[in-house]
Amino acid sequence: MTALLEAPAAPPERVRSTRSWAAALGLLPFLGYMLVFLGGPLFFVISGAFSDPDGRPTAANVLASITEPQYRAAFLSSLVLSAVTAVIGAVFGTFLAQAVLIGRPDSPLRRIVATASGVLAYFGGVPLAFAFIAALGQTGLATVFLRGIGIDLYAGGFRIDSLTGLGLTYVYFQVPLMVILITPALEGLLPQWREAAENLGASAWTYWRHVAFPVLAPALGGATLVLFGNAFAAYATALALTSGSIPLLPTAIASALSGNVLANQQNVGLALGFDMVVVIAVVMVGYLFLQRRAARWSSR
Amino acid sequence: MTDVITAPQATERGTAVEFRALRRTYGSAHALDGLDLALKPGELLALLGPSGCGKTTALRLLAGFDTPTSGQVLIGGKDVTGIPASKRDTGMVFQAYSLFPTMTAAENVAFGLRMRRVGAAERARRAAELLEVVGLGDRGGSYPHEMSGGQQQRVALARALAVSPSVLLLDEPLSALDARVRVQLRDEIRRVQLAEGITTLFVTHDQAEALAVADRVAVLNKGRLEQVDTPQEVYTRPATEFVAEFVGVTNHVPVEDGRIRPGADTRQVRPEGLTVGDPDGLSGTVLTSTFLGAVTRLVVTTEVGELIVDVTSRPDLPAAGEPTTVTLAP
Amino acid sequence: MRRRRWRVVVLTIAAIYFLVPLLSAAEFSLRVPGGGYGLGNYLAIAHDDVLLTSLLTSLQIAVLTAVVVLVLVVPTAVWVRLRFPSVAGLLESATILPIVVPPVVMAAGIAFVQANLGGPVFRTLFASSTTALTPFYVVLALPFAYRAVDNGLAAIPLRTLVEAARNLGAGLPSALVRVVLPAIRTAVLGAAFLTLALVLGEIVIARILLYTDTFPIAVVEVGRSAAGVSVALSLASLLFTWVLLLAVSFAGGGRTRSRRTSA
Repeated sequence: MTALLEAPAAPPERVRSTRSWAAALGLLPFLGYMLVFLGGPLFFVISGAFSDPDGRPTAANVLASITEPQYRAAFLSSLVLSAVTAVIGAVFGTFLAQAVLIGRPDSPLRRIVATASGVLAYFGGVPLAFAFIAALGQTGLATVFLRGIGIDLYAGGFRIDSLTGLGLTYVYFQVPLMVILITPALEGLLPQWREAAENLGASAWTYWRHVAFPVLAPALGGATLVLFGNAFAAYATALALTSGSIPLLPTAIASALSGNVLANQQNVGLALGFDMVVVIAVVMVGYLFLQRRAARWSSR
Repeated sequence: MTDVITAPQATERGTAVEFRALRRTYGSAHALDGLDLALKPGELLALLGPSGCGKTTALRLLAGFDTPTSGQVLIGGKDVTGIPASKRDTGMVFQAYSLFPTMTAAENVAFGLRMRRVGAAERARRAAELLEVVGLGDRGGSYPHEMSGGQQQRVALARALAVSPSVLLLDEPLSALDARVRVQLRDEIRRVQLAEGITTLFVTHDQAEALAVADRVAVLNKGRLEQVDTPQEVYTRPATEFVAEFVGVTNHVPVEDGRIRPGADTRQVRPEGLTVGDPDGLSGTVLTSTFLGAVTRLVVTTEVGELIVDVTSRPDLPAAGEPTTVTLAP
Repeated sequence: MRRRRWRVVVLTIAAIYFLVPLLSAAEFSLRVPGGGYGLGNYLAIAHDDVLLTSLLTSLQIAVLTAVVVLVLVVPTAVWVRLRFPSVAGLLESATILPIVVPPVVMAAGIAFVQANLGGPVFRTLFASSTTALTPFYVVLALPFAYRAVDNGLAAIPLRTLVEAARNLGAGLPSALVRVVLPAIRTAVLGAAFLTLALVLGEIVIARILLYTDTFPIAVVEVGRSAAGVSVALSLASLLFTWVLLLAVSFAGGGRTRSRRTSA
């Protein structure tokens, strides 16, 4: 009888002291795996970036990677392309996600968009490039159709293998990714907030401006940064669409790695990889900063 | 049974809010089936009924979150049926979690004034004043997640009152709180309502809550009004079988000449209208005995069925399984 | 009724933007040499041994990857929700990493190891495309898999289920396998099919590490001589994974509905 009564009460003190240890152990497989198979390659990229071909430490590769004109051009176009497609993808993705959420929770539209987003977020590379060439290339279906109704894209200076064309193609996987990332945050907007705001005299616009947007801001910012990183990392699509005619960081890395220029280019390639990791790190710090800001009013 | 007092008497003295033949159907389901009801200026009317009876629908139609299938909603004698929620000049307190999480308590309270383009200094003054009214004068800088459920509902009340609305709407504002806080805040709401003299519609499914705070109680069932009257009248003279059952516990007791007599016509008798221990009473056996504090509730099996009896708690009450007698309380 | 014209506009733009490239590619893939339309390109895989073999290789990688992903993700996500909710944010950030770390950078690091380090461990690892690619595809698949599984866990009363199972005598592992896993099976299937979508599309790492026997690479190679076949196969694998995901979604929805009405 006494044992029964004591059982639940006795352990807590001990459990608490061992809990954080045991709990951390439970995360070990996951974090360990990430460390080995993501951290490992990153380690070799960084160590290679600061070594010469014989393994002696040097900063020359990294210096070259940020000073040589062709790499600076690649840097610039990569940054611009990633930033612009991240913002466009974030804005349109949010509108699309909200448009879908207005419907009933189990509506077919919602299921179609949710599942298609999962597939299309991974859609890239040669097939995506080809789909856009088939649609908007010189003889693409959409190009021909538009010409038929009097809009000549190519006479207006458009080319599918330009930076604009590439951006248009990137948005194709950016929007679905945004839908995936932002839907939970949009679902977190409680209906009574909108009703309370309306009741207090807010229009639809003022509700979004003063209530919904501040609530969403950290999630929107975080998701946009992820989109930036996603575009920054994309490689196969650009290569397939432009055959390397537009200099981008990932294509520069790949051609440096393939080593058909000079032997020590390999280490410059790794240095370019290091540069990308630095940019990504800045992005991640921004992401964490946004999360921290949200903590001021969020209960988590 | 159909002798129910409704709007007419109120209309003579002017009405603050009026529902006229209000009907709302969802597909084939009638949420409201022709509601006629008027609120007098400054009164607190409790709209009481079980879940799904249409009480929340009526409130949402008044706030403008829903559109009636037919009928009219009037505020201050003016038809507002087609006017959007943001222009209706009502103040609403929701069940829970309606405070804007990114704003402090003071910013929440000032929100309605901001929408009305009131200057920042005046907003701050009014917000502080109302937080003081609800007893949270020192919590203006807190975010909602830093406050208890009861405090959040106080802020929500202050927020609804800040714009000096013509009607205050309370949508089960206490249902998410625990029992002690619920009673406290219930009395607090009544105090503030009386002080501000604001016409109030209080929607609830809790009859004790309705009886405790309201000037008048309107009992709603299946989209239809069963009775509108003072709490005392509704409790002691329920107009329909439904009201009797829903508002408080009711025994059906055969009574003749002020005594219980099997075979006589049955009357509805509240548990406190019966007592035990009189040797001349109807004999029975105590089935259960529940100590409720000041009173003890006994369920007694007798030849006229199970009777529920509330008596003042005292040591010599019969225990479960013991014989006893039941009579009408003097 | 609120006016929702913007919704129609957004959905229309989305439909045009997402469907036109796919339909254009589909139209192209249905063309037959000499004019007209036919299914020839879609049937080509049946008598192309290279494509068939590569498809089998990739499916093998996909299955292995999905298994490793689930073994890593499900216990971890459960663990975080049950015992360690304070690190939920940290873990979410960690799962963001593989989206933003460029695969080309990952590939560069792996290529460095492949070229410069020896020893039995690495020799076994790099022996075949299956052993070499699977571990890294797992990393790429983690972000979405973790999200999918975590969303599934959010929708069930996890703590109550586990405590009930343990109260009835089940250990934590068997509570996980017999109670939690069935409850989140749609989320788990969703995660598995997302992994499939990834493996059937990934070419960056495979190409830089010179494993050219996977399906996506073979599809690109085929494209050099027969573009129509390449496009047809890409579309077919896209459609295939999407239909799988959609089927899972509807199956899961049907279940929740029936549960709601019976409750």
